[in-house]
Amino acid sequence: MGKITLSQVTKSFGDVQVIPPLDLEINDGEFVVFVGPSGCGKSTLLRLIAGLEDVTSGRIEIDGAEATELPPAKRRLAMVFQSYALYPHMSVRKNIAFPMKMANVPEDEQARRIESAAKALNLTDYLDRKPGQLSGGQRQRVAIGRAIVREPAAFLFDEPLSNLDAALRVGMRLEISELHERLATTMIYVTHDQVEAMTMADKIVVLRAGHIEQVGSPLDLYRAPRNLFVAGFIGSPKMNFIEGQTAAAHGAHTIGIRPEHIEVSATEGLWQGRVAVSEHLGSDSFFHVHDTGLADVITVRASGEIGFRHGDTIFMTPREDQLHRFGADGLRL
Amino acid sequence: MARAVKTQRKALNTAIAWGVGLLIFFPILWTILTSFKTEAEAIADPPVWFNFSWTLENYFTVQERSNYFRHFWNSVVISVGSTLIGLIIAVPAAWAMAFVPGKRTKDVLMWMLSTKMLPPVGVLVPLYLIFRDLGLLDTRIGLVFVLTMINLPIIIWMLYTYFREIPSEILEAARMDGAGLREEVLHVLMPMAVPGMASTVLLNIILAWNEAFWTLNLTAAKAAPLTAFIASYSSPEGLFYAKLSAASTMAIAPILIMGWFSQKQLVRGLTFGAVK
Repeated sequence: MGKITLSQVTKSFGDVQVIPPLDLEINDGEFVVFVGPSGCGKSTLLRLIAGLEDVTSGRIEIDGAEATELPPAKRRLAMVFQSYALYPHMSVRKNIAFPMKMANVPEDEQARRIESAAKALNLTDYLDRKPGQLSGGQRQRVAIGRAIVREPAAFLFDEPLSNLDAALRVGMRLEISELHERLATTMIYVTHDQVEAMTMADKIVVLRAGHIEQVGSPLDLYRAPRNLFVAGFIGSPKMNFIEGQTAAAHGAHTIGIRPEHIEVSATEGLWQGRVAVSEHLGSDSFFHVHDTGLADVITVRASGEIGFRHGDTIFMTPREDQLHRFGADGLRL
Repeated sequence: MARAVKTQRKALNTAIAWGVGLLIFFPILWTILTSFKTEAEAIADPPVWFNFSWTLENYFTVQERSNYFRHFWNSVVISVGSTLIGLIIAVPAAWAMAFVPGKRTKDVLMWMLSTKMLPPVGVLVPLYLIFRDLGLLDTRIGLVFVLTMINLPIIIWMLYTYFREIPSEILEAARMDGAGLREEVLHVLMPMAVPGMASTVLLNIILAWNEAFWTLNLTAAKAAPLTAFIASYSSPEGLFYAKLSAASTMAIAPILIMGWFSQKQLVRGLTFGAVK
């Protein structure tokens, strides 16, 4: 079981309030991702849940039991750090065994759990090595192994993939998702990478300056962002924002249209512009269009290979049903 | 051409380094040489270097006149004892200062260091009286206590520096893994700080071993360590340079040998943090 409830939780460092009063409910078995730009308080929030930082006020409950004052060791949570935080003086086996040793798990049970974790994470051949002799991906697996064997109420991940190269990151992302499918344990995952958030989460919590901007499933956030911040943060490439007359014509202060919701043509369309940069990925093509009179840049995404080059004139038509309308206060209309 | 200049420079630097090294080592060498001379040869003018009649007589005389091993054992108990007790106090103190620093941590560290600047003679009389009243004069436990207090600032400072090199995330990981404070310090922090702890221990044993002011003033016979043993040969009644040298050699030999074997660890520990 791993239901975590935060009620009116705040955190201040000296006079600076980094987390204003915040309520959040994380259900048992959910994969929740905290996402936001750097400095938005997502790591602090995770550390509050972990007990590594004390809350300034408010209440944290784990499985219905008060946990606000509990030390980290007593919260039955396991954490995977960005820097892996393995014990450099212990072998992989001892690293994985450490939490069980702390919990006085019998030796044979320890051995059994190490065996099965190592097997699941492809670490069987490395059990007697020191962390210093492992690659980044292997170290991260050891950190995950150390978390699994505790059989915690919930897993906390603090930007666990940031130190890995791009290819490895995609692989580990899948492994963590699979792990969640298999264990069905609550996972809270902090990242600044919205792709990780979109691909892994059951529920995304978008944070800015300690505030929760929106909570919802990845597709909810994609389809119906509650404000300009969420609209701009979720989705890659970013949503285009257009103000002025064009927006006013739709009865809004700002309208947003995602790059993939604009049709392109060489001959006709609603908007006209000049291609400044074209990026061809094979499966998709991205065009950064200038001189539209709508915004500095309009980004368009088209499927497959479409032969616009730098300097070409391009015509664009937004899909009316995919337009997002925002008021002057930035909120969705 | 450039290479030749470089080689010449290297040779010159090497020669200078050896020169300085020998200059520093010379008094010790001279003491060791003198300890094998007769009293007459020891004060000969011009001095004799190596062509004297080598003798072990001084060593036998010294051992006969005063019990070397008893002083040696006192030195061991006092230096090791004060270092161990110092560690027991310093590890938690350094942990707190390195990982949960408060607003005044820097001030506390500076204040502790400032106690090292106090001339010890300034507190000699009060401390002597306290020791007399508590019956601690000429006891090993009394000396262990004084030397622990004297070297504590250095132990805390050194451990603090080493602990700060350890990423706090690793300690947090231990906390998440269910470790209490004691397990965190014993199973994670201390094993990771082994090089630093080793050099701290070595340096403090050396400092305590060589400490003369308090050991001379607070002991008489029973608890007197090797420093007092040497001092007993610099008596005004005669010029016993050869015997004094033999006593000195016997007193410094253990620490010199220990320092020699652990020099790698010492240098590594002392430069830890400075050159990463």
